Amino acid sequence: MNTPGAPARTSVEYLLGLGDDALVAAQRLGEWVTVAPELEEDVALANIALDQLGAARLLLGYAGELEGAGRDEDALAYLRSDREYRNCLLVELPNGDFATTMAKLLLLSAYQLPLYAALSVGADERLAAIAGKARKEVAYHLDHASLWTVRLGDGTEESHRRMQAAVDELWPYTVELFAADPAAPVDPAGLRSAFLANVEPVLETATLDRPADGWGPDGGRAGLHTEHLSYLLAEMQVLHRAHPGARW
Amino acid sequence: MSAVRSSDARRAAAAVLDPELRVLTIDDLGVLRDVTEDPATGRVTVTITPTYTGCPAMDVIRADIRAALTAAGHADAEVVTVYAPAWSTDWISEAGRAKLAAAGIAPPGPAGPAAGRPVPLTLTVRCPHCGAADTEQVSRFGSTACKSLWRCRACREPFDHLRAF
Repeated sequence: MNTPGAPARTSVEYLLGLGDDALVAAQRLGEWVTVAPELEEDVALANIALDQLGAARLLLGYAGELEGAGRDEDALAYLRSDREYRNCLLVELPNGDFATTMAKLLLLSAYQLPLYAALSVGADERLAAIAGKARKEVAYHLDHASLWTVRLGDGTEESHRRMQAAVDELWPYTVELFAADPAAPVDPAGLRSAFLANVEPVLETATLDRPADGWGPDGGRAGLHTEHLSYLLAEMQVLHRAHPGARW
Repeated sequence: MSAVRSSDARRAAAAVLDPELRVLTIDDLGVLRDVTEDPATGRVTVTITPTYTGCPAMDVIRADIRAALTAAGHADAEVVTVYAPAWSTDWISEAGRAKLAAAGIAPPGPAGPAAGRPVPLTLTVRCPHCGAADTEQVSRFGSTACKSLWRCRACREPFDHLRAF
């Protein structure tokens, strides 16, 4: 799955895509803390957010070093505008209800798992080390989202209806994840079969219909986002922008 | 720099406790990877690896290592963090597992390959209080990223389980 002859140094843009996916996903998951349906889920989502944030810090730190413009992980996280963010649209969408959040986590982790697995044996050793760690963590996120998808999909009439609606709503956003990019260390187009192998059995067990493939919105990797990202960044960045260099 | 393994610096670093599992040292946990000393300058380099990428204990561990080395006479110390090979619960020593069980935390089983199965196998975790195998998972995540929360059906006590990773 790795692009033959790929350079050992990864592009800054590519690292920003990986890091921003993780950072924005972490910020969204963090919104559930204290308002999740049960205390255990508060803890679970906070821990998953922490894993994503950990990966984001390493990826953005590396991107900043490669860029060589003196921007560290904090400068990249707190001082870029929405047009400079390279995350996929899926992660910036609002949390919605709990079913929507779990569907997002299912789709994201089912994509990140084969992606990190491929990167963990790639030519860029530093990226491979980060991906090797993140891969193990994401496997647990996928387990968690899978269990909830089955529990809600194969649950009550109402939970089934909501879980199906969530999967239907989000499915088009997965198209962007697998847009071909032959210059990337791992061509996203080659990851789709592994993604489907992670998702389809879960949907089937959950008695959910797998949505039909079709058109999907995109633009995230080029900095063209939904309006939701601006609000998310405003909240995430306000303190750092108002008080530059603020520390706890 | 031709660094050599330093036994007394290693002893000092190896005694540092994990801030979130206060019964284990970072050596028991497998977080401590290497300790070397430059014979020319006396500078000590400690190599550690995080359990999880987002582990908030890492800053405390770094500070505690520097403090322990300073107390042992190695004021010039550097702590280096590596990410590969990725930490595994398989690296927790036998002594570490015994200390966990004694503290009421069920130690992890074998981690195995990170296969990424969509639905995980449910493995029995023995109650660290009474030893019964009749236990159930209450929550897949516990007080820290590395633990899950369980309950014993035999003695009715709740307990933490350091999950295989």
